[in-house]
Amino acid sequence: MISFLQQNAFWIITIVKIALLLFIVLTVNAYLTWFERKVVAHIQSRWGPHRVGPHGLLQPAADGLKFLFKEDPTPAGVDRFVYYLAPFLALMLSLTALAVIPFGPDPINVFGQKIYLWITNPDIGLLVLFAITALSVYGIALAGWASNSKYSLLGGLRSSAQMISYELALTMSVVGVLLMANTFSLQGIIEQQSNAKWGVGILGWNVLAWTRQGLMWPQIFGFICFFTSAIAETNRAPFDLPEAESELVAGFHTEYASFKFAMFFIAEYTAMITVSCLATILFFGGWLSPFPATSVWTFTHYIPSITLIPFGLWVIYDGIRYETIFGKLVLPAVGFAMFAIGAALLAGAWIAPLHTVNEFIQPVFWFTAKILVFLFFYVWARGTLPRLRYDQLMNVGWKVLLPVSIANVIVTAAIVLWRSHA
Amino acid sequence: MVPTHYYLVLSAVLFGLGAVAFVFKRNIITIFMSIELMLNAVNLAFVAFSQAFGKVEGQVFVLFVIVVAAAEAAVGLGIIILIQRNRQSLNIEKVNLLKL
Amino acid sequence: MNPALLIFFVLAGLALLGAGSLVLQKHPIHSALSLIVVMVSLAGLYLLMGAEFVAMVQIIVYGGAIMVLFIFVIMLLNAGEEEHTDLSKLAKFAGLPLALALTASLAALVFKPDAGVPTAAHAFIPKATEQISSMLFKEFVYPFELTSFLILVAIMGALVLAQREKK
Repeated sequence: MISFLQQNAFWIITIVKIALLLFIVLTVNAYLTWFERKVVAHIQSRWGPHRVGPHGLLQPAADGLKFLFKEDPTPAGVDRFVYYLAPFLALMLSLTALAVIPFGPDPINVFGQKIYLWITNPDIGLLVLFAITALSVYGIALAGWASNSKYSLLGGLRSSAQMISYELALTMSVVGVLLMANTFSLQGIIEQQSNAKWGVGILGWNVLAWTRQGLMWPQIFGFICFFTSAIAETNRAPFDLPEAESELVAGFHTEYASFKFAMFFIAEYTAMITVSCLATILFFGGWLSPFPATSVWTFTHYIPSITLIPFGLWVIYDGIRYETIFGKLVLPAVGFAMFAIGAALLAGAWIAPLHTVNEFIQPVFWFTAKILVFLFFYVWARGTLPRLRYDQLMNVGWKVLLPVSIANVIVTAAIVLWRSHA
Repeated sequence: MVPTHYYLVLSAVLFGLGAVAFVFKRNIITIFMSIELMLNAVNLAFVAFSQAFGKVEGQVFVLFVIVVAAAEAAVGLGIIILIQRNRQSLNIEKVNLLKL
Repeated sequence: MNPALLIFFVLAGLALLGAGSLVLQKHPIHSALSLIVVMVSLAGLYLLMGAEFVAMVQIIVYGGAIMVLFIFVIMLLNAGEEEHTDLSKLAKFAGLPLALALTASLAALVFKPDAGVPTAAHAFIPKATEQISSMLFKEFVYPFELTSFLILVAIMGALVLAQREKK
């Protein structure tokens, strides 16, 4: 038994990693819906979900149960194979994109096996993500067509036309980063951003681009093009005309009910997460801390614990004063857990095993923090900006974002060439 | 390792299937898709030889084939749209004005 | 049976299924979906051969752009199922055997001893992406620029062909 495990260790570790990643991402998806509803509600001066569980935290579970128990009708006259294929395709492609995203630099050593914090790290990782983005147009186009309904067809066609238009700007805006990194692999791109002058932290990130060879062209314009195209690519507000309720009923997923609609929903939120991961990796240094990596700055390694401790205390305080008994029990427990973890990490300054845990937590903490910032931007844009009309949308994609990203490529290429000669 | 013959046989079979579809199908769009299938079979042969000889020119040529296929698909589909507009049908037997 | 051979048979079987389905399906959208299956399995075969850049370009350009174009046109023109027309007698009886003969002769060419096919397959070409890109910009820069011009001409042609007539 042990020898079987040891011989096939690679496959078993990979399968366990995949299962763990899927579990984590689906849970993050569920709580992302909670986060979005709460934030949009507070932007609109109302409360959002606050009844199901303390602060509405069990709302995603209630939604999930609802999706499982709702009736799932199939409209008449649909092309059955394509109708069932479309949401499956959308979901499968969204989840596959997470296989190439690296979550941390150093491997964990368990039983003598090195376990890296990614599922795979191909040399062409970024191209794999673009390939999946290119294929995810099919989920929407086929959903719109298979529904045997005019509204769905129009919504599907509009949405896919929007997606393929913004794919161009998306890929072009990343080429500046590739010129500086010389590799397509995502882990290599983060490595390149860590080779900054004097271990410079935040300045070495591609957004500000002060690398070892000198100040390169800051990729801030590339980042703006990338993020805008990504919002359009995932069909989120303000680019969500094809699925807007007041315009085309619900666009391409009008005829999909309960679980198939949930599949589209999960696919969309997973795409949001993937895009946020990509934005942090390409432009904001991935798992690198904003503080330099020199010895003077090692006190910044305790920032995760210093943020967890007051947050845990605040959750305890809020839980004690909560209305329902369930909230009075659960919230202080959660808050105490956060406080305990924060205190344990802080104690790493004096206790050696906790110190290694603290060092290990660093890259994961910064990566997660940056992803949360981008997810907040997504939700903020949804709550604040008005929807773009379809012709305005296509104009922005072709006439504004594409020329800006091409100009970014040209300027970056010129400066990289100049720096490598000088 | 997979011997190169296997890839070449697969390429030949795909090409044959593409040729069969080209000759026997009636819908213009399906005929066009069979042309793309034949081009893909040829691409497979190119990459197989590129790996067999260890030279990378085969893969460079595959990129050119893909680009030319894209250009051809764009123009061809434009022509198909015009045919549908003029003949109100996508049946290739209706496009026979030059027949004797 | 090493793993590479097993993966080859799975992907080759998938490609043949897709191609067979392309020939046998009646509705063009099903044929288009079968062709996408063929293209993705061919991209898998390219990955198996170590040609990773070509595999990704195949998925992005062929599978993500050209086939999307096909599917758009099928949806816009509302292509229905194929009408049933009778083949000519010659085609019905000599068609399939002749097709098999074509395929068999193409396949048999490969097995001749002086066909020039190397018997031992090399290992993966290392750093294929770098070599491809340096070739595209050094030896093949002229065809590369010409293909960009070709795409421009194709875009203009498609625009002119598909626009509505001004009444």
